Amino acid sequence: MRALEVVTPGFLSTVQDLGRPGRAALGVGAAGAADRDALKLANRALGNPEGAAAIEATLGGLVVRARGGMFAAVTGAPVTLTVNGRGEGPYGVFYLPDGAELRMGPPPAGLRSYLAVRGGLTVDEVLGSRSTDTFAALGPPALGPGAVLPVGPPPADPPLLDALPVAPPAIGDVELRVVLGPRDDWFTAEALHTFLTEPYEVTSELDRVGIRLAGTPLTRTRDGELPSEGMVTGALQVPPSGLPVLFLADHPLTGGYPVIAVVAAADIGRAAQVRPGQRLRFRALPRFLALDAALRRRGAEPQPA
Amino acid sequence: MRILPSGDAAVLVEVADLDTVLGLYSALAAAPPPGVVDLVPAARTLMLVLDPAAADPAAVAAAVRATRPGTAAQRETEVVEIPVVYDGADRDDVAGLTGLSVDEIIAAHTETPWTVAFGGFMPGFGYLVGGDPRLHVPRRATPRVRVPAGAVGLAGEFSGVYPLESPGGWQLIGRTEAPMWDIDRDPPALFRPGVTVRFVEKGR
Repeated sequence: MRALEVVTPGFLSTVQDLGRPGRAALGVGAAGAADRDALKLANRALGNPEGAAAIEATLGGLVVRARGGMFAAVTGAPVTLTVNGRGEGPYGVFYLPDGAELRMGPPPAGLRSYLAVRGGLTVDEVLGSRSTDTFAALGPPALGPGAVLPVGPPPADPPLLDALPVAPPAIGDVELRVVLGPRDDWFTAEALHTFLTEPYEVTSELDRVGIRLAGTPLTRTRDGELPSEGMVTGALQVPPSGLPVLFLADHPLTGGYPVIAVVAAADIGRAAQVRPGQRLRFRALPRFLALDAALRRRGAEPQPA
Repeated sequence: MRILPSGDAAVLVEVADLDTVLGLYSALAAAPPPGVVDLVPAARTLMLVLDPAAADPAAVAAAVRATRPGTAAQRETEVVEIPVVYDGADRDDVAGLTGLSVDEIIAAHTETPWTVAFGGFMPGFGYLVGGDPRLHVPRRATPRVRVPAGAVGLAGEFSGVYPLESPGGWQLIGRTEAPMWDIDRDPPALFRPGVTVRFVEKGR
């Protein structure tokens, strides 16, 4: 049976697919690839279903050996790659012969690289997904040396053998689009202005759960606590320190601190690629117009700037 | 009811009380609007998580407004009994905080049924409400680094059982060997929103 054998996992490597949504009633979050767009891209290139499981490697350093030959692709952070010492580029499909060793160097930009293989990784599913949820300790454990990951049969669709048209993650400041709320009314007008005009720096307190940001603290208009409420990927939750935490794939399902804004779904993959020291700038999107109109009919909500 | 934006792939519905949350949750879980991929009930809110490619948030908001909350009869009817040995490390502190004797704490905890309101802290954890209000106590000033699996605790208006070992700040009054979370069982969690929980004294 074809498989990938982990020689060295690097800083942190996990198996990820598109997660296990729909299980909040069990207390289980969705998890899945932190940069879903990158995972889907690698799978599309290989002819896989876009949610096939792959390895999410953090800051490169991953070394794997192929058992049986297979096509592979790497997306996300553009690590240098060698196959048996010969260079390969990211963002393209290449062949891993039986016994070949694939080594990832460090990425010059971005944080998370996705190594997908044609046929996908077929480790056992847990609650409908092969993803490791680092917060809930669900799914396969983080990869260690010697882990063997079975590879499924090749799909019917052919692989794309062209380079993938994709821009690597940014090196400098990153602009993320946000929708203000649901609890922007817990913050002063000055805090909202600060949040939308000043940069927030990515600290080293960063993992698959979230990113702690540094910058000007955001002042609330009210004391007291919010009753715990549902949290989503991309939420910018503001604890009493006033410094936001940006939630990623393994975020807790509920939380009791107000969320000032939520990153747009299309920008979450880019948020998952930022590194400590990079700065984030938040730009407000209009609350989607259709919902605005619905709210306006009820006269219930103040309108966004 | 207020419907608040939560990015472009979720809608947060805020209602008056937990009862309405659970009614709305049961009605929407039975017939989710198109594009809704998950429902996260909480104390006063229900988060609808959407597939951004498949859902129209305005249509989802309209569907929520048109939904009649389920009645008590339509909700989860399961009753779970949890045998507890009431020898928790904070039992005497809880006696001091509430002015109740240990006998009275146990009676208060076991005689009034609790309802699982919502989860979210970890898989299989449920925030239980509806218990005897004399048991309302603050969290511990300093959380424990390690709370064992099966610990039964109190915090604010809630009671709960730690399904797995974890850090935690709840006041511990007892422990249970009930299998709170078993990944090989369907469903894996004993506590799910709407389930009725009765604690039974197994010792102290």
